[in-house]
Amino acid sequence: MTQHTVRAYDEELALLSSKINQMGGIAEAMLVDAIDALVRNDVPKARLVVDRDVQIDLLQQDIEEMAVSLIARRQPMAIDLRRIMGSIRIATDIERIGDLVKNIGKRTSSAEDRFTGNRSLAGIQHMAHLVLQQIKTVLDAFAQNKPDLARHVWLHDGDIDQLNNSLFRELLTYMMEDPRSITFSTHLLFIAKNIERAGDHATNIAETVYFIETGQQLSGPRPKGDASALAFTPSME
Amino acid sequence: MQSVEKGLSMDMATQNASLAQPLAPAVAAPSTKVVARDVNVYYGEKHAIKNVSIDIPDNSVTAFIGPSGCGKSTFLRSINRMNDTIPICRVNGRIELEGQDIYDPRLDVVQLHARVGMVFQKPNPFPKSIYENVAYGPRIHGLAASKTELDEIVQTSLIKAGLFNEVKDRLNDTGTGLSGGQQQRLCIARAIAVSPDVILMDEPCSALDPIATAKVEELIDELRQNFCIIIVTHSMQQAARVSQRTAFFHLGVLVEEGETAQIFTNPQDKRTQDYITGRFG
Repeated sequence: MTQHTVRAYDEELALLSSKINQMGGIAEAMLVDAIDALVRNDVPKARLVVDRDVQIDLLQQDIEEMAVSLIARRQPMAIDLRRIMGSIRIATDIERIGDLVKNIGKRTSSAEDRFTGNRSLAGIQHMAHLVLQQIKTVLDAFAQNKPDLARHVWLHDGDIDQLNNSLFRELLTYMMEDPRSITFSTHLLFIAKNIERAGDHATNIAETVYFIETGQQLSGPRPKGDASALAFTPSME
Repeated sequence: MQSVEKGLSMDMATQNASLAQPLAPAVAAPSTKVVARDVNVYYGEKHAIKNVSIDIPDNSVTAFIGPSGCGKSTFLRSINRMNDTIPICRVNGRIELEGQDIYDPRLDVVQLHARVGMVFQKPNPFPKSIYENVAYGPRIHGLAASKTELDEIVQTSLIKAGLFNEVKDRLNDTGTGLSGGQQQRLCIARAIAVSPDVILMDEPCSALDPIATAKVEELIDELRQNFCIIIVTHSMQQAARVSQRTAFFHLGVLVEEGETAQIFTNPQDKRTQDYITGRFG
């Protein structure tokens, strides 16, 4: 992209983008640590994840203030306007991801009567890995101005939803087999749902990135796989 | 491959169209007032306007934007043949006002100036009274049969220009004694006194302070109910605020023209994008 005649404007826009990337980087690291803490039952690490969310909240405020100030002082137009408005939306989505991951940390540090050796942990790890990829890719799409990459993210959320469905059924089965697993399995259900929703925010960001770059909304059918609302207990089969 | 893409994008277009249908305005689109086809303007050797074609709707504000020397003022001035006074200036192509060729040699240019009024960058009231400034046009065009009728035209024009309340007690004071913003509104009153079809405005606010600018912009918005307004402005924010359609000129070429909201949020041409986002040159 050609530079602005006023160079300070370019610098401010670059700073805004770098703050988004910084925020996204923290959210990614939090998700990695939260899952690691869950799998290893590392409560101190889980608490660190919870504490880190405040950094994301501060960055979000920072980004909002910068965006408002840019709009007031520079009267942005066209792609600049879309980029600034988009940054506000992306910051909101990342902030939500931070909250969801923080909740995973909270559940890990409070799940005392932990049912060890739960096989579902592998599924959760796998799901978190997919969501992490989605978040990474969509942030790359934002940083490198690549609408096609954003579209790619938008099209691949269905895999995560399907994984969430199978985890849901799996956990229901465990709970029926052994009532002692109910507390921890319920925590895992929520954790899986949190990860799945973090993935939804990644697709929101993908929509925003696509709009910033092209001025068009992503449209058309998107593969959706979340049928957990329709799931039933295995005994009813 | 290309045809497949085309087919897809057309599918999307029809989808969007069907989605947009419930939102379509109930009133018919405004009719076209001015039509330009393949207009070229030369100043001696210099090719100032290159093959410009545009349709300008009635009852709306169309803004011409572009960097200095892009030809926007030249094109504006060719719509009421202001360029005729410049000996080295040549215009070819076709400009129609309500279907009538304005460069038809049989056309009376004085009559054309009554139908296509003009407001300039610097307020230029005659060194006469406020009343005389507004009465001059209707008088020379024979629009008023009596003094009462003329008084009425002067009053309604001043009311329409949003100036009457400020000057009603001193209509015989000289027009040049008003403030800059008032002088500009006086010039607008003078332009509308002859009931034109089109009002051309060449940077009407660039010599005014923000409050006077806001008053003129408010006035422009009211006037568009009754007139076709074309405004040249260097302020993109002004174009975005007052116009319904925007045309971007660059190096004598009409690069892009469309709905103002679209031009300022999602321009299709890279040159338009670079200009409105402040990335030019």
